[in-house]
Amino acid sequence: MSAAALLEMRGIGKRFPGVTALDHVSLSLARGEVVALLGENGAGKSTLMNILGGVLRPDSGEVRIDGTAVRTGSAAEARRHGIGFIHQELNLADNLDVAGNVFLGREPVRGPFRLLDRRRMLADSVRHLHRLGLDVTPDTPLARLPIAHRQLVEIAKALSLDARILIMDEPTSSLTLSETDRLLEVVAGLRADGVSILYISHRLTEVAQCADRAVVLRDGRNAGELGRNELDHDRMVRLMVGRDAAEAYQPGTCVPEPGYFQVRGMRSRRYPDRAVSLDAARGEILGIAGLIGSGRSELAETVFGVDGHSGGEIRVGGERVHVRRCGDAIRHGIYLVPEDRRASGLVTGMNVRENITLASLPTHSRFGLVRRALEAGTAERYLGELSIKAPSIETGTDTLSGGNQQKVVLAKWLSMQPRVLLFDEPTRGIDVGAKAEIHRLMRGLADRGVVVLMISSDMEEIRRVSDRIAVMHEGRIAGVLERADVSETNILRLAVGQPVTEARPPAPTLS
Amino acid sequence: MKKEAGIFILLTVLCVVTALINPKFISPVNLANMANLTGMFGIFSLGLGLIIITGGIDLSAGSLFALTGVLLSLALREWHWPWPVALAGVLTLGMTLGLVHALFITRVGIQPFIVTLCGLLIYRGLARFVAGDNTRGFGNAEGFEPLRDFCQARILGVPMPFLLFVAISAVMWVLLHHSVYGRHLLAVGRNEQAARYSGIRTRLVTGAAYVISGLLAAISAVLFAFYTNSVSPSNHGNFYELYGIAAAVLGGCSLRGGEGSILGIMIGAALLQVLQNLVNLLGIPSSLNFAVMGAVVLAGAVSDQLLRGRRKASGPTA
Repeated sequence: MSAAALLEMRGIGKRFPGVTALDHVSLSLARGEVVALLGENGAGKSTLMNILGGVLRPDSGEVRIDGTAVRTGSAAEARRHGIGFIHQELNLADNLDVAGNVFLGREPVRGPFRLLDRRRMLADSVRHLHRLGLDVTPDTPLARLPIAHRQLVEIAKALSLDARILIMDEPTSSLTLSETDRLLEVVAGLRADGVSILYISHRLTEVAQCADRAVVLRDGRNAGELGRNELDHDRMVRLMVGRDAAEAYQPGTCVPEPGYFQVRGMRSRRYPDRAVSLDAARGEILGIAGLIGSGRSELAETVFGVDGHSGGEIRVGGERVHVRRCGDAIRHGIYLVPEDRRASGLVTGMNVRENITLASLPTHSRFGLVRRALEAGTAERYLGELSIKAPSIETGTDTLSGGNQQKVVLAKWLSMQPRVLLFDEPTRGIDVGAKAEIHRLMRGLADRGVVVLMISSDMEEIRRVSDRIAVMHEGRIAGVLERADVSETNILRLAVGQPVTEARPPAPTLS
Repeated sequence: MKKEAGIFILLTVLCVVTALINPKFISPVNLANMANLTGMFGIFSLGLGLIIITGGIDLSAGSLFALTGVLLSLALREWHWPWPVALAGVLTLGMTLGLVHALFITRVGIQPFIVTLCGLLIYRGLARFVAGDNTRGFGNAEGFEPLRDFCQARILGVPMPFLLFVAISAVMWVLLHHSVYGRHLLAVGRNEQAARYSGIRTRLVTGAAYVISGLLAAISAVLFAFYTNSVSPSNHGNFYELYGIAAAVLGGCSLRGGEGSILGIMIGAALLQVLQNLVNLLGIPSSLNFAVMGAVVLAGAVSDQLLRGRRKASGPTA
């Protein structure tokens, strides 16, 4: 762009086995500028930022800082060039205090024995904390700070390293609304001090509030840029999604049978004083929206019996189902596709066949011995039916892409005639193509008379796929929106605990 | 399969080299003696392997041998129990202690290392206490000849412990590699949470491994007792648990859990006995016995790690 650009990334390309993550992507950033980097999951934002932050090496292209080409081959090199990376998952040691974290790995020392210079650590941290308006003493144990404050500690750490460019990856994803406002103030303050910020967020409202410019990626390419006064919700979404990628809402073909799946008085471990009740129809996709920490996953896990008996009542097709452990739910055809695929969905050390039959092994056995041919048959069938891209059923699941791993988890349950299928963030970290496929599968299941519940933090997904949406707030269901009432405004209002506006708002823009 | 091939080659090379240097190695007496020891050590190593596959460990086997040995001697000689009752009692004791370990580990949530370390101390102490700190043995006492004869029997020159080991290995092979339980055990060892989310009762699966291991340890204990014919409660079975762990690890069990094969454990158990034997036959000072064993296990672990690194570098085919 202009010669005054502090940072220029030009023609960056990166391939992973089987996918082109970045294809000739360019991005520039001026001193004291806040640039939002937008794109759907899998658009290449993280890859691009990981290249800048020294986590990944590009296959092609160059990175220039102050006009000279630099190598950012490692996190240390990137740091030397003044690049600070605030990851979504904070990289802090919560057994240390604030000052210990700010100076982690480069603690000041004094004396011949190179003992820790605590006094200097404390004094220097105070300076940085002040700059960010963080009002805690530097010897506070990190474990005592709320997430929002920890994030500021991470920023202080970057600043103490003289960072000129801050990468902030989804900094507000686990913050409350007021904490988000505070963070946006900090961003504005840093900008005034001449710090340049690359801001990644799915929350378009805050992007419109804080960014000078937005760079949009789609499928690993530059999809366009928007200037300060073009940052409205519709334009951003249009660039992010593109014309063709926008799946329209598709109603089901099956006449819903309301009340087929009933949950009464369910209490999760996280919110033991909140009893949740929920009805879902046979043949519908019920979306479950809400902020992170609103108890959505806990609800699904409690229904599935992960935490043991919950005191609530579950009915499927009028029949009372007693769930004390996962096996009980599974016996009644209630299955969960969990949020964390690698931790709870798959046994990654095992191959596709073993994962697909993991829950139904007894039905693939005689006298306690596995019938290999029968097992292989089931695995082959679902490998084909879900078009899982794996060389064979003996392929290890750790080599598969996120989308195919998710399909293996799905295959496990589909081979067992589901009656109720709970999806927790079914397409997180999955590329656009596989995402659409999974949505089609979900609709197909609903049409075959399965109750489909889908927890999602992806606003687009939840609006596009759900027939109805239950919105959770602090452990209870704040409201259920019928299809006609679904709008981003209504979902957000319920999610933060406000009532839905009487009159439907004319346009769902919040900015 | 590759892992077993590696250690099998090592075993073969060691045998050939030792036999070339000292032909006594392949004398029938020596072979039978090695087979006997391999059998006794191998049987409980199989159980330890199962436990290691769950991601656990059992340090108490050696002390258990002392306690069961002492009790068996008392039951047969002092209390004059009929031998089938004494045998059943000892085997039940092994399973019960396995169950107790399992309950502490899966219900109370104490780490296997701690639980079985306490077992190591407690059983040794109990063994010395009930024996009055005196060596107990069977001498030439009568009334349980069938049991003694069975433990010391040879069929076509092959010692009974080895035959038992092969038979039990066959059963365990089917259990681990072909049964629903075995698959569940491997899944729990790999990823306990994902196994639970697939409806597997992970605590039962883990617990069963400890009970099976307890039974196998008790069988080994009976064989050891009749092999030594006298049980000195303060040092009978000392360090034997480490032979079991070493055999399982040499045989490809990962202490991280979820990995292991019966064939590997069999070869591992045999390898350890061959090592001991060659220390004697090659004139290496027998004080170096443990050092040689340690060096070989270490070399096995290092080469495995290096091979694994290369496999990873050459592409994502696991």
